[in-house]
Amino acid sequence: MSPSREVAVVSVAQTPQRRAATELSEVEMIQPAIYQALDQIGATIADIGFTVSGSSDYLAGQAFSFVMTLDAVGAWPPIKESHVEMDGAWALYEAWLKIQAGHADTALIYSYSKASPGDLPRVLSRQLDPYYYGPLWPDSIAMAGLQARAMIDAGLITEADMAEIAQRNRDAALSNPFAQIQGSASVDELLSQPMMSDPLRRHDCPPITDGGVAMVIAAGDTARKWSDRPAWIRGIDHRVDSHNFGARDLTRAPSIAIAAEKAGVSAGKVDVAELHAPFTHQELIVRTELGLADDVLVNPSGGSLAANPMMAAGLLRIAEVANRISAGTADRGVAHATSGHLLQQNLVCVLEGE
Amino acid sequence: MSDDRSISEFPEGLWTQPAVTTPDLTAEPVQRIRDLASMRYDYTPGLTQTRFLRGLEQKKIIGERAEGSTDVYVSHRGIDPVTGIPTVEQVEVGPHATITAFCVVHIGFGVNAPPTPFVSALFLADGAAVSLYGTVGEIPHDQVRIGMRVEPVWVDDSELTTSMENIKYWRPIDEPDVPAEQLKGHM
Amino acid sequence: MGANRVAVIGVGQTKYTAVRGDVSMPGLIREAAFRALEDAHLTMADIDAVVIGKAPDFFEGMMMPETYLAEALGAVGKPLFRVHTAGSVGGSTAIVAASHVESGVHDRVLTIGWQQQSVSEAMWALSFPIPFQQQLVAGAGGYFAPFIREYMRRSNAPDDIGILVALKDRLNALKNPFAHLHEPDITFDSIKESFMLWEPIRYSETCPSSDGAFAMVLGSESAAEASAAASGVRPAWIHGTAMRSEPASASGRDQITPQAGKDCAADVYAQAGITNPREQIDMVEMYVPFSWYEPMWLENLGFTPEGEGWKMTESGATQMTGDLPVNCSGGVLSTNPIGASGMIRFGEAAMQVRGQAGDHQVDGVNTALGHAYGGAAQFFAMWVVGSEKP
Repeated sequence: MSPSREVAVVSVAQTPQRRAATELSEVEMIQPAIYQALDQIGATIADIGFTVSGSSDYLAGQAFSFVMTLDAVGAWPPIKESHVEMDGAWALYEAWLKIQAGHADTALIYSYSKASPGDLPRVLSRQLDPYYYGPLWPDSIAMAGLQARAMIDAGLITEADMAEIAQRNRDAALSNPFAQIQGSASVDELLSQPMMSDPLRRHDCPPITDGGVAMVIAAGDTARKWSDRPAWIRGIDHRVDSHNFGARDLTRAPSIAIAAEKAGVSAGKVDVAELHAPFTHQELIVRTELGLADDVLVNPSGGSLAANPMMAAGLLRIAEVANRISAGTADRGVAHATSGHLLQQNLVCVLEGE
Repeated sequence: MSDDRSISEFPEGLWTQPAVTTPDLTAEPVQRIRDLASMRYDYTPGLTQTRFLRGLEQKKIIGERAEGSTDVYVSHRGIDPVTGIPTVEQVEVGPHATITAFCVVHIGFGVNAPPTPFVSALFLADGAAVSLYGTVGEIPHDQVRIGMRVEPVWVDDSELTTSMENIKYWRPIDEPDVPAEQLKGHM
Repeated sequence: MGANRVAVIGVGQTKYTAVRGDVSMPGLIREAAFRALEDAHLTMADIDAVVIGKAPDFFEGMMMPETYLAEALGAVGKPLFRVHTAGSVGGSTAIVAASHVESGVHDRVLTIGWQQQSVSEAMWALSFPIPFQQQLVAGAGGYFAPFIREYMRRSNAPDDIGILVALKDRLNALKNPFAHLHEPDITFDSIKESFMLWEPIRYSETCPSSDGAFAMVLGSESAAEASAAASGVRPAWIHGTAMRSEPASASGRDQITPQAGKDCAADVYAQAGITNPREQIDMVEMYVPFSWYEPMWLENLGFTPEGEGWKMTESGATQMTGDLPVNCSGGVLSTNPIGASGMIRFGEAAMQVRGQAGDHQVDGVNTALGHAYGGAAQFFAMWVVGSEKP
């Protein structure tokens, strides 16, 4: 028993990733990306067999927030559609399964974040054990700080290493017209900044981003019809670790290693990797667990340090790898998405051009 | 816990939050912990809703239409839900409207609910493709009909804001009812 | 190329009640999960993936709680997936779980729909006011009542059809030990005299707010054969699954008999080889949160022509003794943990095929339909399960 259909990413579109899309409603924000993802392959929603999105009610501060966004798809006549309360990378997984099951040949996936209305680090504290951790309201940055401290104390990383990661990612974003933060100060300048949540400084943390991404995937010959160089999904897997961060080794993320193995990361050369590591120290954990060689090009888009639309940042990594394969600048790439605090849940996707 | 604010008054068991009891911690196992959770969101309406609400401040109901469509949407989120493309052309609709659906409410919800019983209804403003929510006034509730013609009753000019609350309620006008069959698809 | 076969090989649920104060969230889901595993003669170690679904997280005051529940679900080191499609979520979660197996990627999948809505206030979590948007001062029931009124006008149905549905479902619930509402004294008159909430919906014609969870184990063909051999209970083979969505508000939408519902039913019937639903389907678990939705859905699902649904109800056809029993479990009218309700429908249909429904079992069920809907009657999820391998 194994999946048998070839499925590829054939079209990608994203909105500008920015601090606050204040003047736009969520629908107005994501619609251009959905429209573009379809339009650039000459398709309409009528050509799509299955639509699935990823978003979070708590981000929007509204129950059933994704219902409104269906307007952007033009769901009339009615469509086959679903939604996950997860990053869009998992929406992609649902769509991929649907195609493997033979229930569709094509799918539209989109996800978005409009986190600006709320206090995001505080909102994210609602994702913690509601009996023991939640009542303390530890924000997402403080939580990440615990992990960074564990990394430093274990001798795996230094604050200077972290600043270098921040600088490399944000300088890379200079060539990404969609990125929110483009360009970085020098490592010395970064290290002279005050702590935000010791040992994390502001540059170690992701920006708060409003934005989204949409993509179309298709099976077999339909993919070849819609794209000159489809980015074939050679492997995709996701796993979750324990939530009990007091009982696990925060310097590790075993779920990444399992997913990487199942997705077949090491079955070939990796030209490019897009890692969803919102905090600088996490990039080291992710690349170690993925088993990436030192010469792999990591986060040419700038990664989540340059733009971090919650619920979309993972799908965005897959989109960025797909783009490079389709453009011919890479043959084989790995995309990683994470969910929850402290890299608790992870998805790994291997893409390849023909 | 003195800040307990009852959100709604419902008959026992109807979707209300059960009363909180604090157990005797020495004798009984802990069954509930009460944790205050409050977060602040600064919502913004988006471009289309902003135009709609500014129109209401002028006592106008402004709908919008997308290119290639004849449907005028009101109080929507900026994209024509049938075509998936932005609505860009503004079209004033109403002020008169037709009741497309209604019910008599004997139990309100939220701080803005009128005294019960009241009639909650959907109003299709003349020229619009979908209905707006509101309440019906100046008529006994058992005389309200689907297809009835109505007009909005606005608050005093000094009370106008960018809000649907500018319309206090809708009241009947002297025009023949619209046959219900014509209202299908516009609720 | 086609889907791999998949079957329901284990079913488990919690006792539903207004407040499950005896369990934490992990406790609640494990009660259902372990019962399902036991029913399948499996342990957590045998499960390859966990697919969990629930409605808005505001009901528990906790964002994306499944990451917290990873250990309780035995999901550490496994794929864990969270579906949220509003009220239909229990159904769509089961469908997503089915595609986990149909894809050939996973062999045995544990799926759970749950809600512990006593933690916050259900009415608030469903419809708290959002600035700049239209306020529904009538609350959630007040949203559906106008469309029920329009159904009554179109069909010329007598006033008491809703009462007949509520009476039937609440009496059926007495035969279901897990159901939330057990009202042995309920009568036609007691329903008629109950408080009128949103005319024409009375208090006793309205779903309760419940805590609870429903779990199933779905297995591939080989897993199903192994479980059946171990348990002696036949699998409920999934003959078709379908989902459809339409916008909340769009020109041409009919909320009384939504196109998405019709299209979804046509799709699932086509997959399952059903050309005459009234004849070929032996029983239905459909999502009826307000009494009048039974006749409305009977029409929308094609069991009877438009305008005739109320006649089917009135004739007794949907009683357990009728020719198309509907909601033998007591339905949403008797039990409503919103995130679970859709899956309860799907699961109860499977239980009927497996002969596990105890006192509310209908004899000789070979084919059953599970139905769920959500949002502004805009999201539909359905499946057909049967005793024969498809």
